[in-house]
Amino acid sequence: MARATSTRRKLLTTLAAWSVALVIFFPVLWMILTSFKTEVSAVATPPELLGADWTLENYAEVWQRSDYPRFFWNSVVISIGSTLLGLAIAIPAAWSMAFVPGRKTKDLLMWMLSTKMMPAVGVLIPMYLLFQRLGLFDTKIGLVLALMLMNLPIIVWMLYTYFKEIPAEILEAARMDGAGLWNEILYVLTPMALPGIASTMLLNVILAWNEAFWTITLTTTKAAPLSAFIASFSAPQGLFYAKLSAASTMAIAPILILGWFSQKQLVRGLTFGAVK
Amino acid sequence: MSTHSSRIAARIMVAPSVALLLLWMVVPLVMTLYYSFRLYRLLSPDRTGWAGMRNYTWFFQSPDFWLAMGNTLALVGGVLVITVVLGTLIALLIDQPVWGQGVLRILVIAPFFVMPPVAASILENLFMHPQNGLFAAVSMALGYEPILYLQDYPMWSVIAIVSWEWLPFATLILLTALQSLSSEQIEAAEMDGASAFGRFRYIILPHMMRAITVVILIQTIFLLGIFGEIYTTTQGGPGSASTTLPYMIFKQAIVAKDIGRAAAGGIIAVILANIVAFFLMRGIGKHLDT
Repeated sequence: MARATSTRRKLLTTLAAWSVALVIFFPVLWMILTSFKTEVSAVATPPELLGADWTLENYAEVWQRSDYPRFFWNSVVISIGSTLLGLAIAIPAAWSMAFVPGRKTKDLLMWMLSTKMMPAVGVLIPMYLLFQRLGLFDTKIGLVLALMLMNLPIIVWMLYTYFKEIPAEILEAARMDGAGLWNEILYVLTPMALPGIASTMLLNVILAWNEAFWTITLTTTKAAPLSAFIASFSAPQGLFYAKLSAASTMAIAPILILGWFSQKQLVRGLTFGAVK
Repeated sequence: MSTHSSRIAARIMVAPSVALLLLWMVVPLVMTLYYSFRLYRLLSPDRTGWAGMRNYTWFFQSPDFWLAMGNTLALVGGVLVITVVLGTLIALLIDQPVWGQGVLRILVIAPFFVMPPVAASILENLFMHPQNGLFAAVSMALGYEPILYLQDYPMWSVIAIVSWEWLPFATLILLTALQSLSSEQIEAAEMDGASAFGRFRYIILPHMMRAITVVILIQTIFLLGIFGEIYTTTQGGPGSASTTLPYMIFKQAIVAKDIGRAAAGGIIAVILANIVAFFLMRGIGKHLDT
């Protein structure tokens, strides 16, 4: 910003902005702090901060008792698997819509996005029955498919907006040099499109990781990811606050870290390129 | 620029996505439509047959249905108003020159990465709980009785939780829009003697309209399907006080095990979503052209 600002004013806005940011972040911070307290200390009135009993035991106990690694692994497989599968299907579609647009391309994109408007619960029963009949119920592959289909419109959309920004002249130049269609995709487009593909991937891993409808309704134990693990944990009998906090911290930590590192790319992705 | 062969290749490349989405939409939808006219209860499996419109009329005659409709509207509308208004204010604030902007932004965006069941159970237990929650401790420190948030204000509690999750999204998008506003324009207005409110009303706000539309569109898509937050906190209660349409259908399917009724509810939800989608799509379509 070119405007000269007085230090006094900057100090005031800094104070105000940090207060607001801390209020927004506070629930996450309090959860992390609680996860390191003993159960007694976690529910003490008034709330303890400096004088609290700090411990690592909650993490050890959640780890031992709850089979956390299996939930974690299911989350990893489901979110990454559905994203990669979605990308494999969406990249050719988005590529051809961006570079060989037809008259119906825009309508097609609209229609794809409109499938996202369908409330999941509206088709819960058929999905439930289909999954059971096809042997997909409570399997990782079933959830990979469901979440892939759920996020496919978003993946196509994001890739489309990224691909659209690649100048078509580059393609023509490659074509003059005699590059075939597949060479064109492989050596010219893919390197230019990689940043877009990477941020699409990031956003969809996050969306799939945090998905809490199909993952809860279409699993029982075997394929249940962290969202189901937390949902089952959320009725603490009496004094399990610290353990709930530890489990919650463990459930969100991987995605929180991933998200923080990639927030710039995420903004573009989230708005389908509609906000610059 | 495209040759005939590349057009054909393009069709082939779009086909899998279109086919899969069609399947994903049409198969469950047709099945739901079929079940919605059937008598199909898992608890009395021998009584089957056509139910006519009875599954639908049950919904329209149930007082819970209108309550659920109201709750769904309150949830979507409430969260939209809270996140857009607060998001605009926060974006204006953190767009100012401040120290530690990078860290600041990381803190503000954090709730967006918290999965809904975690957000709900943390806010429910660590904050809103009438004995052990932080809010109760604050109330008591000030000499008041703790408020029974989920008991007495269940819908407001759910709206608060969902707003907390979506505020970072709105803030981030609106902040991105603000940053693309040229500072010359603002300076010129300032020199012409425009007040801070005037600058906001006539320069900043019109510039942000597009971003605000995007926030409303995308959030509505996700808010219409809110489920995890209610499932982990109030379970739609007390009574049906915080039951939204999706949750009411869920209860019919999983608790009452009445597949026919749940399917009818699903069809109603799909029709409503399509009415909303129609208007939203027109909005987003306009913005795509530029």
